[in-house]
Amino acid sequence: MALSQLSLDHHEKAKLSADLDSIISFIEAMNQVSTEDVEPLAHALDLTQTLRPDVAVGGIDRSAFQRIAPETSDGFYLVPKVLQQR
Amino acid sequence: MNSQWEPVIGIEVHVQLATQSKIFSNAPVEFGSEPNVNANLVDVAMPGALPVLNEDAVRMALKFGLAIEAEIAERCVFDRKNYFYPDLPKGYQISQFASPIVGRGELDVHLDDGSVQSIGITRAHLEEDAGKSIHDRFAQHTGIDLNRAGTPLLEIVTEPDMRSAAQAAACFRQLHGLVRWLQICDGNLAEGSMRCDANVSVRRSGESAFGERTEIKNINSFRFVERAVNYEIDRQIDVLESGGVVVRETRQYDADRDRTYSMRSKELSDDYRYFPDPDLLPLQLTADMLEAVKESMPELPREKLARYAQEHELPPATAVRLTRDFDLASIFDKTTDLGGDAQLVANWLLGDIAASLRREDKTYAELPLTAQQLADLVKRIHDGTLSSTLAKEVFEFAWSTEDSIDAIINERGLQQVSDQDELTALVQGIVDSHPAQVAQIHAGQTKVVGFLVGQVMKQSQGKADPKQVNALLRQMLNI
Repeated sequence: MALSQLSLDHHEKAKLSADLDSIISFIEAMNQVSTEDVEPLAHALDLTQTLRPDVAVGGIDRSAFQRIAPETSDGFYLVPKVLQQR
Repeated sequence: MNSQWEPVIGIEVHVQLATQSKIFSNAPVEFGSEPNVNANLVDVAMPGALPVLNEDAVRMALKFGLAIEAEIAERCVFDRKNYFYPDLPKGYQISQFASPIVGRGELDVHLDDGSVQSIGITRAHLEEDAGKSIHDRFAQHTGIDLNRAGTPLLEIVTEPDMRSAAQAAACFRQLHGLVRWLQICDGNLAEGSMRCDANVSVRRSGESAFGERTEIKNINSFRFVERAVNYEIDRQIDVLESGGVVVRETRQYDADRDRTYSMRSKELSDDYRYFPDPDLLPLQLTADMLEAVKESMPELPREKLARYAQEHELPPATAVRLTRDFDLASIFDKTTDLGGDAQLVANWLLGDIAASLRREDKTYAELPLTAQQLADLVKRIHDGTLSSTLAKEVFEFAWSTEDSIDAIINERGLQQVSDQDELTALVQGIVDSHPAQVAQIHAGQTKVVGFLVGQVMKQSQGKADPKQVNALLRQMLNI
């Protein structure tokens, strides 16, 4: 929850916990199905990837992104100190 | 190293592909820009921004696959590799897990002792690079620069086929040479265009099962690969011999202290919760695309190697050295096409020219000499116009001017004195002015002839042919 920056009150927590339980039992039901002869499905759509020509488009407006970032300095996005192991 | 133990090494090389734009966005790929100016909404992971695959990244991966005669997956899938780190704003890296674009292939690695080792390439897959974390610039924070985020990478994974640190370094060097040859990567190790991870384990000699391995991350030079792997082999042997166990983990190499140290325990692939990226459809290669890539392939190092041995009858060691560098081999081809004697051209390219390039910190691509100049220089040595001493002088001039070799020779009067009368007069003059030495020679001290040859060469300012001078002197002095 901390990682995804979500906050929940008591009522929501109880509701979500019930939802999660039912999702887990749903997955349990899928585990009963034999998938031995089934090709793994990479995508729900029966289409293939369209490719993009290698053309760079510059002139990116950094300030537009940095205005909505929690903290920036000298063009960098700032995050809490990442511990270095040394 | 302790001969009771056998090291087993495989490497993984991350190759930044030389595209103009990123693998899944059209932001420019550029090294050394202001932070975050090359990160667009896909690279900063704005919700809803969708990746679109760069066709040149696919072509470059295919070029590599064809060069190592690998199995090419006509249909492949992109997966999400999930992990949390601030320089990966999506929370996952788009990579390929179950179906890489390039499958099993082989790479011939030329070792320093002249032998060739065939190293299995397990796979090579396309993925995106992460951004950069700057730890030392801000007191309370880590700075994030997403310019590198989304740079196309080809991750090449070898089989654990290497048995020494030197072999691992040679394999990295061979891959470096190949991707530069194919022009799919600039090969700039200092800028991180190629990074090598080494998987190292040791086992008792004669055992067939592998020992537990550690992975040394992000080594960025050939020399450091060798040193880091050697350090790690010795460390593991020490651990095992003192009754300990090697722990599966990721280690970092500290070049200043020449040791590796533990970074973190190694994740297993389950920890990354790979799954097919629903934002990207499967990639289906068309026959047209494969055919076009095949046609764009340059003559490969191994093909050139065979041709040099057959067409030019070059010794294998020379041919190997010529085919290590694409630009070097190209100059060799152009020069020999212009009629330059192959062995002489090779000698110059690998000798004086290599030394001059090193001195000026230049690559063969930046060679100031043209193929025409080199071909003419070699021709003038071949036809006796230039002695080796004079050739070096002409070479120095050619290095800094665009004048033709013949113009340099004529303007500066650098041709050998080949006119027989002129040479005879020169030799006669020296004989006349050195009666004492002539007497010594007649008294049996024939070694003194060498001194007189030297005097003639000096008088001629190096333009006489020493062999001819020697013969003339002996004739004149009746010895």
